[in-house]
Amino acid sequence: MTGGIIDARCSRRDVLGGLLVAFALSPAAMAQTGGGEGSGGPPTVAPGLPGALAKFPDLDAWIRIAGDGRVTVFTGKVELGTGVKTAMAQLAADELDVGLDVVTLITADTMLTPNEGVTAGSQTLEQSGTAIANAAANVRLLLADAAAARWGVAATDLFTRDGTVLDGRGRRASYGDLAAATSLAVRARDDVPRKSHGARRLIGRSVPRVDLPAKLTGLQAYVHDMQLAGMMHARVLRGPSSGTRLAVDLQALAAEAGVKRVVRVGRFVAIVGKREWPLEQAVLKANRGGWSRDPAGASVPIGPDDLLAMRRESHGIAHERADPAARPVKQLSARYDRPYLMHGAIGPSCAVAVFRDGQLTVWSHSQGVEPLRLAIAELLGMAPDHVRCVHREGAGCYGHNGADDVAGDAALIARAMPGVPVRVQWTREQEHGWEPLGPMMIAQLDGAVDSAGRIVSWRHQVWSNTHSTRPTAAGDLLAGLEMVPAFKPTPPKPIPQPNGGGDRNAIPLYRLPNQQVISHFLPDMPVRVSALRGLGAHLNIFALESFIDELAQAAGRDPVAFRIAHLEDPRAVAVIRRAAERFDWDRYRTTPNRGRGIGFARYKNHGAYCAVMLDVERIPDEGRIIVHRAVAAVDSGEAVNPDGIRNQVEGGIVQSLSWSAYEAAGHDGSRRTDHDWSTYPILRFHDVPRSVVVDVIDRPGTPFLGTGECAQGPAAAALANALAHATGRRLRSMPLARDGLRPS
Amino acid sequence: MIELNVNGAKANVAVDPATPLLYVLRDDLGLHAAKFGCGLGQCGACTVLLDDTPVFSCLVPVGALGGRAVTTVEGLGSATDPGDVQQAFLHEQAAQCGYCIPGMIARAEALLRKTTTPTEAAMRAAMAPSLCRCGTHMRILRAVRRAASMRGGGVIDAAEPVT
Repeated sequence: MTGGIIDARCSRRDVLGGLLVAFALSPAAMAQTGGGEGSGGPPTVAPGLPGALAKFPDLDAWIRIAGDGRVTVFTGKVELGTGVKTAMAQLAADELDVGLDVVTLITADTMLTPNEGVTAGSQTLEQSGTAIANAAANVRLLLADAAAARWGVAATDLFTRDGTVLDGRGRRASYGDLAAATSLAVRARDDVPRKSHGARRLIGRSVPRVDLPAKLTGLQAYVHDMQLAGMMHARVLRGPSSGTRLAVDLQALAAEAGVKRVVRVGRFVAIVGKREWPLEQAVLKANRGGWSRDPAGASVPIGPDDLLAMRRESHGIAHERADPAARPVKQLSARYDRPYLMHGAIGPSCAVAVFRDGQLTVWSHSQGVEPLRLAIAELLGMAPDHVRCVHREGAGCYGHNGADDVAGDAALIARAMPGVPVRVQWTREQEHGWEPLGPMMIAQLDGAVDSAGRIVSWRHQVWSNTHSTRPTAAGDLLAGLEMVPAFKPTPPKPIPQPNGGGDRNAIPLYRLPNQQVISHFLPDMPVRVSALRGLGAHLNIFALESFIDELAQAAGRDPVAFRIAHLEDPRAVAVIRRAAERFDWDRYRTTPNRGRGIGFARYKNHGAYCAVMLDVERIPDEGRIIVHRAVAAVDSGEAVNPDGIRNQVEGGIVQSLSWSAYEAAGHDGSRRTDHDWSTYPILRFHDVPRSVVVDVIDRPGTPFLGTGECAQGPAAAALANALAHATGRRLRSMPLARDGLRPS
Repeated sequence: MIELNVNGAKANVAVDPATPLLYVLRDDLGLHAAKFGCGLGQCGACTVLLDDTPVFSCLVPVGALGGRAVTTVEGLGSATDPGDVQQAFLHEQAAQCGYCIPGMIARAEALLRKTTTPTEAAMRAAMAPSLCRCGTHMRILRAVRRAASMRGGGVIDAAEPVT
């Protein structure tokens, strides 16, 4: 027995004694079932099991082992560029005790993988990762039991290492061999411990991303790269933006060079050909034919203030009883807003579909292939059983963009051309004009501090449309609206707390008396909007954390000390302190037009903790903003891949700086006015920070909290707070650079 | 027939000479590194090298190449044998979705062929035509600095040191 293998010992005592019960069920995780950001998949059938095992408790739903020892792991979640493929492979390989190189991960495929609904809300590791880790621990024990039975020994005397069970006296059996005689079609047990922290080889380490070599060398890695035998290309014809209709001359279109076929279904029109370029030319030409306003369209509010006058459904989502002892000495009120924002994927949406022998297969970069399948089945009048949707990676989407819509387009075209694989790609102009936008929002904050510098009252109100119109039915796809008669969109509804939609993160994590938080849900949706990374958290954290700074200033307190004085959660305090140390907050010296700012939040109040600090300079003559330094600290619970967490937070900070400083999707009251990057500029290399440092606080043995969206709000608030510190002027309306500041 | 010189090999394609190079690379030659992003020369996802110059392959008509050497990211290395710039990007894990990265690698390669000792500002200016939506910029810059060091140079006045 050597030190190296003791760690991997399959100790029955550990199991029976319950010494290593690794997972406490997270109440927040369970609360997400069936609600939130699109379909959450099927109902819970085994509530005692952790993560998504509660919905799919059988081990072979997650893990299968072939005779050669190769391990296939199934997840209903998808890789969006966040590195979850790698993290899930790490979890499976470590808990099983196999090499990373023998693990193949199959991501969402309606024919193969558990139905885990939509990949959204920073919940992938919490739900799927938790299931895979525990399933792997179960499988390892089953294989050890099988070896024990074969050799007539106790499983407690056996070890596992690198895909093999050993007895320490020379006998060994490979997992492949044992798996051939072991059924994994059994329900997971809830008492199988995960590996102890010290025994882990892969979990907690910055393993390089498994998907990057292919992506960095030009292998077929994206749905855009698919090339099937006999595949034809297609383009759809639509007006210049959502809310318009194109006048299409079908005869002229059919006569264009390179157009082999015109597919028309209701008002839906597409052209099909062997080559992409002639189709692009034909689309350009057809767009000159003129467009009209969609009679079904509504007039568009021009600015955030217009939201205040819209029909609303108001819900109080937090209320603290009055503290009669409160003695306010300074009262403040402020309004904060953000415009409509684009997802702005670098690659326009794309899908491939083939209809063969009554079966439709669609390859899509949708975040939710299961609900997409239902929407497409309804669109085509097919039984869902005859539709298969398979995820293939796309360009970073950051929410519900055109991915699902183009999949619907591809499905319609493919059905019209049985046996022919069809690849459909939107044009840049279509992506800019038709992707659902992130909603415009406005928040009103009122608060007061007492003479001791404590907040004694707090009210936060937020006005917003829905933050999810992810497709679950045909009327949620653009093509469904172009059928005659048109399918009806699913009525928009708010996403309830504790996740929240427009009111995500509207409830302060700070302990504040006399607190009231009101969510004004706006059911009328003049602009088609849907989920954008972080949903309402971007605006709510921007507002909340800006207002905290305004109150701190009114109370004459340092922003960091003021926050810590109002927090009880030690992990919240820890990330703020860590960021302050790395930033050297206390010794920061301001110079003219240069200042520092903080933004903090716990995403959704039950996800990752993130504090961002920025050192920002405004160049007066140029109106430019230079971010000299960005420092962040993040606590995502147990860190499976620390570099993956850093990558997400670095990216989140830079993306949020782009949104918050520069971006606003334009509209003129009847249609959108941005059709490419020339009028919707995003951050380029000149204007990204000089340096970004992210510190990960690892919490081994605690639940995964999810990282993907945690930096968006804190970075926005840190920028506003730093600009206020630098210039003495408080900017409350995004994009902040609109107000005399602009990119170079 | 139009004769092309791509990644050191000759290729003949029968297409309209007005066809942008990008479509020929992807659809005729099966080279998928260069990506369609905008078709307008605004985002850089399609960037390849024409001789030593970075170009938007979505804008360059294939008939206008005139025998000049086209280098795509496939010509710089493979998944099993990555070139030095690819190694630098892998070392820094400089990707999120990765869609823009081949264009970034092509642009970095062009910069480093010109000089292995650019200033920080010159490096940022060289990379600026390429957009990244994921906010991977800091890692991309780290990767370019690393690649410059690997070629015996280094970025002058670097905002973050190569570690």
